[in-house]
Amino acid sequence: MTDTLHARTQEAPASIDAPDRTRKARKRSTYPMWFYAPAGVIYGALFVIPTFASFYFALTRWTIFDSEFIGLENFTTFFAEPYLFESLLNTLFYATFTSGAKVVLGLLLAVFLSSQIIARGYLRSVVFFPVLVSAVGVGVTFSVLMDPFDGLINKALAVFGVEGPGWLTDPDLALFSVAFVDVWRGVGLATLIYIAGIVAIPQEYFEAAKVDGANAWHRFWHVTLPLMRPATTTVIILSLIGGLRSFDLIWTMTKGGPGFSSDVLASVVYKQYQAGFYGLSTAGNVVLFVLVAAIIIPLFWFLNRKEVDQ
Amino acid sequence: MPFTFNRRVIALPAVFAVSALGLAACSTASSPSASDSAGAGVSDEPVELSFLVDNAEVTVGIAEALTAAYTEAHPNVTFDIEQRPGGTEGDNIVKTRLQTGDMTDIFVYNSGSLFQALAPSKTLLPLDDVENMSAVSDTFKAGVTADGGVYGIPAGTAMGGGILYNIPLYEELGLEVPTTWDEFMANNEVIAEQSDAAPVVQTYGETWTSQLFVLGDFANVLAVDPEWADKYTANEAKYADGSPAIDGFQHLQDVADAGYLNKDFASAGLSDGMRMVATGEGAHYPMLTFAFSELQANNPDNLNDVGLFAIPGTSGDSPLTTWLSPGYYIPATSEHADAAKDFLNWVATPEACDVQTEAVGAQGPYFVDGCTLPEDVPQMVADMLPYFDAGNTGPALEFLSPVKGPALENIMVEVGSGIRSAQDGAALYDEDVKKQAQQLGLEGW
Repeated sequence: MTDTLHARTQEAPASIDAPDRTRKARKRSTYPMWFYAPAGVIYGALFVIPTFASFYFALTRWTIFDSEFIGLENFTTFFAEPYLFESLLNTLFYATFTSGAKVVLGLLLAVFLSSQIIARGYLRSVVFFPVLVSAVGVGVTFSVLMDPFDGLINKALAVFGVEGPGWLTDPDLALFSVAFVDVWRGVGLATLIYIAGIVAIPQEYFEAAKVDGANAWHRFWHVTLPLMRPATTTVIILSLIGGLRSFDLIWTMTKGGPGFSSDVLASVVYKQYQAGFYGLSTAGNVVLFVLVAAIIIPLFWFLNRKEVDQ
Repeated sequence: MPFTFNRRVIALPAVFAVSALGLAACSTASSPSASDSAGAGVSDEPVELSFLVDNAEVTVGIAEALTAAYTEAHPNVTFDIEQRPGGTEGDNIVKTRLQTGDMTDIFVYNSGSLFQALAPSKTLLPLDDVENMSAVSDTFKAGVTADGGVYGIPAGTAMGGGILYNIPLYEELGLEVPTTWDEFMANNEVIAEQSDAAPVVQTYGETWTSQLFVLGDFANVLAVDPEWADKYTANEAKYADGSPAIDGFQHLQDVADAGYLNKDFASAGLSDGMRMVATGEGAHYPMLTFAFSELQANNPDNLNDVGLFAIPGTSGDSPLTTWLSPGYYIPATSEHADAAKDFLNWVATPEACDVQTEAVGAQGPYFVDGCTLPEDVPQMVADMLPYFDAGNTGPALEFLSPVKGPALENIMVEVGSGIRSAQDGAALYDEDVKKQAQQLGLEGW
């Protein structure tokens, strides 16, 4: 039993490069095939079928009762949306900004929190805590805190004689404020992944570097950083996917406003759905799907290839 | 990974089998309900009717009062009132629940264009055979009729959309109620110079409130061009074509450019707006009269400090834009259709009107024959009645045309915040409504 399991865990990654091994592995399976049927049925009914059905329904104008095939018209309408282009840029900005900030801050926090400091465990939980809070709760809390007149943030600034801006009501600032909250909320997870990465680095490397006369900066730059590449890949991929399809925080904090200035693809799609344009919003989701795939798959391949090269 | 191939072979037929089961379950579940509603008449069996209402103070108040009174007279019928958010989020909930057959026995929803978007002939139960339907005014019936069937009973009273103003401030500054837009702007100038009040209140914390300058101006559009709504539906008239239709957009830009808006316009909400116009922090607030209940709840001492006038147009005696009340509807899937119909039959009686007046106060004229208002109506409603008495009203566009775009509120927020000009905003909105017209399958789009 343990032997077979062990053999399989080793087998799985290898099978990516060597498809001919899959056949061998299949024969060795411990479980009858029908064990997988319930999961397969659920996965198929809830994920596979709807996904492929949505490709068709994106080409129709539909209600639950009937659908009219209209070819690519939904897509032309979607791309003709005057604010779609803006929302596309917003989506890309939001994803890159949050992802970049999470990588940088997460790495710094992780290095700090894995050093010998007082109350390390406590500080680690403090950093991780926001991850556990529901995004809607965070969004509502921050929209209260960021209220331009009664919000705690601007009241605190007023004590120092600074007149705080309308964090969520200034069209130039709204998306930035939401992105900031997203970073606050998500950096804990990035830190956690990085801490795990740092802890996994064998101490011998650091000792060897020390013997060679490397100072703390050298050790960070030449030992920690290169060996953290897998962790960085994970953080980038996770936060980029999260950023591209982000919706909950934006919806609870600004609803895409003021006007359309903090609209992202997901909130545009949601609004189309709310308005009853089901075909159009399905088309929007297909666009989102393609966008996420077009960015993440090459990125994933690129980041992983670098890893193998080393 | 190693099992991908085989699993797919097994899973696919299984998936089809399961989905077929699901469909079968659906059809068996819905058929008895259909025979139920067609079958036996009203009995004394205990029934619990589920009832979905939006969470506006006045809707909930009316629903609670009506159901309580009805249960008192018919102890076997009880109600389970469920609340939902308003606005587009509420539209979403109602549409989804209707289309998945998961709707409550009775629900409240807008009449007019939003009602048409529910595909009434497929999702709702016709109420033509409700006895008291004959007592419901034809104006209201027109707003809840689709494919020749009448589907709704009025929930509440008629509403007006105009400018609420602070009466003590007007008296203090010696101002007159304006009848043209120029007079209105002149008043604003005086208010800005001689008082601390914000001349015009806007509340973009709740985006739907931004639409009043356009929607409430429609009676003025109709006064100039009575055929405008029909041309609009036929894709022959556009907001961006110029006056009179574009005036609403332009008015908002005018007051925003002049710096007449309250300082916190971007974050304030409806209750803030009502507070401002009630206490004199703000002078004018374009709003629907249903916001009266907000006033009742939060500023009861200032009830008679708030008056109403129609949004002024280019010439004097501007008509008031009016809204039909929302309707009570029964979904086609209701399992207690007879009991629900019986309840709605009672709602369309003068007795039920009095129950509503008692619960939430006199909000405006009722749509049911024989319903009366008490003598001492609050100022806002009193200001509205002369328009009705003189016939100086015009219906809002949503009751004349099914074409209404979902982004108007966001566009108006942009115009009011100075992000977009009135002309651009109107043109963008013309684009926005195209989608609605196409979804509804209208001719000429």
